[in-house]
Amino acid sequence: MKLFVESAAIRAPGLTGWSGSRAILAGEKPYEPAPLAPLNADLLPAVERRRTGSTVKMALSVGQEALASAARPVDRTATVFVSSGNDGDVINDICITLAGAERQVSPTRFHNSVHNAPAGYWGIATHSHHPSTSLCAFDWSFAIGLLEAATQLHVDRSEVLLIAYDMPYPMPLAGIRPVHQPFGTALLLTRDRTQQSMARLELTMDTRAQEISRMGDAALEQLRIGNPCASALPLLAALARAQPGSVTLQRNANQTLSIEVGTI
Amino acid sequence: MQPLFLNRYAIASSAGIGLDATAQAVREMRSGLAPCAFETVRLDTHVGQIADFVLLPVRAELSEFDCRNNRIAQLCLRQDGFDQAVTAAREKYGPARVGVFIGTSTSGILETEIAYRHRDADNALPGDFRYATTHNTFSVAWFVQSYFGLSGPSMALSTACSSSAKAFGSAARMIAAGLCDAAIVGGVDSLCLTTLYGFGSLGLLSPVGCRPFDAERDGISIGEGAGMVLLEKAPVQGAANSIALLGVGESSDAYHMSTPHPEGLGARMAMQQALASATLQPDAVDYINLHGTGTRSNDATEDKAVCAVFGTDTPCSSTKGWTGHTLGACGAIEAIICALAIDRSFMPGSVNTRTLDPAMELDYLIQNRNRPVRIAMSNAFGFGGTNCSLVLGQARL
Repeated sequence: MKLFVESAAIRAPGLTGWSGSRAILAGEKPYEPAPLAPLNADLLPAVERRRTGSTVKMALSVGQEALASAARPVDRTATVFVSSGNDGDVINDICITLAGAERQVSPTRFHNSVHNAPAGYWGIATHSHHPSTSLCAFDWSFAIGLLEAATQLHVDRSEVLLIAYDMPYPMPLAGIRPVHQPFGTALLLTRDRTQQSMARLELTMDTRAQEISRMGDAALEQLRIGNPCASALPLLAALARAQPGSVTLQRNANQTLSIEVGTI
Repeated sequence: MQPLFLNRYAIASSAGIGLDATAQAVREMRSGLAPCAFETVRLDTHVGQIADFVLLPVRAELSEFDCRNNRIAQLCLRQDGFDQAVTAAREKYGPARVGVFIGTSTSGILETEIAYRHRDADNALPGDFRYATTHNTFSVAWFVQSYFGLSGPSMALSTACSSSAKAFGSAARMIAAGLCDAAIVGGVDSLCLTTLYGFGSLGLLSPVGCRPFDAERDGISIGEGAGMVLLEKAPVQGAANSIALLGVGESSDAYHMSTPHPEGLGARMAMQQALASATLQPDAVDYINLHGTGTRSNDATEDKAVCAVFGTDTPCSSTKGWTGHTLGACGAIEAIICALAIDRSFMPGSVNTRTLDPAMELDYLIQNRNRPVRIAMSNAFGFGGTNCSLVLGQARL
């Protein structure tokens, strides 16, 4: 399946936005992990913003950046949200409450506990009535989200915004589900080549599992293996290099997805 | 869209385990709802609970997946010849050509809720607690994939109460794009404390069992269950007629996290897009299975949306009085109830509903009606303003 990338966004420790991260991802500048820069969720009305945590802000922040750098309006694009699980802070709060005597769950926490909470806030922020889906495939969520976006382009849309994010879980969840660093990325994907296209992708579901791609830089490789959605990093690095290349991602426990990256 | 055939489907809910038991409960106006006695829950509400004794442990070699949610999935996979049909499809197409698309809202979160009661002095969860294969949203899709040894595209869709309706959309696109030849499309959700106490905190739980569209309706009843469909491009060989997915419509309210758009704008768009995707006019639809949760605002909003698209003469009902609101599973369960209505020529009424709210304008069925259904629509709307409508119909071969 062929598709085009019009813009990319990234947020992680030491990677603040695509323009500031491109040279690092391309290996032209050293990666220096630094605390995550404040997340920008100013699309969302203040009253709603106060109800959200870092997971929603991460998703909105990268989504907003990808549309802004493509100079596209925020309300005209279908969206695919992927993450490897629900908002860990919210689930932790609810489970602590439910393990106690009173079991008074906060209504806001409850509606924020759904996997599609970021998508719901995205709708409120952008006033977009276009379809939005929220998917999970555990550690392989990014690859499956890319496949979902690609099939949407193949079947019935000219553009789709893919938003992928995972935030560290608090204890005690972190003890059994370690997510070491925050990470978010977004790709604005189009069916046809546009004037702004930065790369062409061709996806293949491998019939036999291939060796998956890793990051050459040790610190970036730590970031990749420390956050499920950071499995996107080798693809982002290929986009940053703007040279033909190929990337292989895990798409479930035993299978891989190969991506040929072509230049424009 | 190109019609896709529901070559086998299976259902399990508090109303009935299997298609025949479900159809019988509908015909006999026998609800699956009962006063809540689930786990340690102390809430004045009714639930649609599947009896614990039918929820057998998952197959031994998949024991890491064992949890209430996956037990419900397994129960459904074992009904109505479903597992044999999937096994045959795997042989026919190969394991890499069969996809898995399962909608769930809370997956196996009950395991985590219980594990939190057993944190040790260092705030650690018990050593035998398995997160990935129980609580994680993907667990149920991973379980179904492992149950049949499949390796096609596999995902959990989690858009609250529209999850398993939207699973049909993703599956249809994957098939259209040539990434798989057949798909298991389903929905599974199970009772847990998060949803019971969560909906309780929103003041949305009915104390008496939900009464969709009733003048006295006072909230939802939470249910659990599963629906599974084997979707293929071609009908079963030799079948005289077959039920097909004809259209899917999806939209976003862009309004509020837990309250639908007051004019039902997103719901209307989803229904219109489902009709457009099926290339049908509204008057082609014989019956609509409403989302119809039984809250004051949801039903009133859906009434406006349905009337705006269909006028006031299309028979419709909510079947949540039988099953309760099965959340992420309701899209699949109610699509299968539509398939049953088409296959067995009846329109379900609305158990528990006594007096139709006079403010409602749509043609709401309280009693069952024995009448052929050729084309049916199923609506599923959820938190976050997510909407999905499906069109199913009889395809003459």
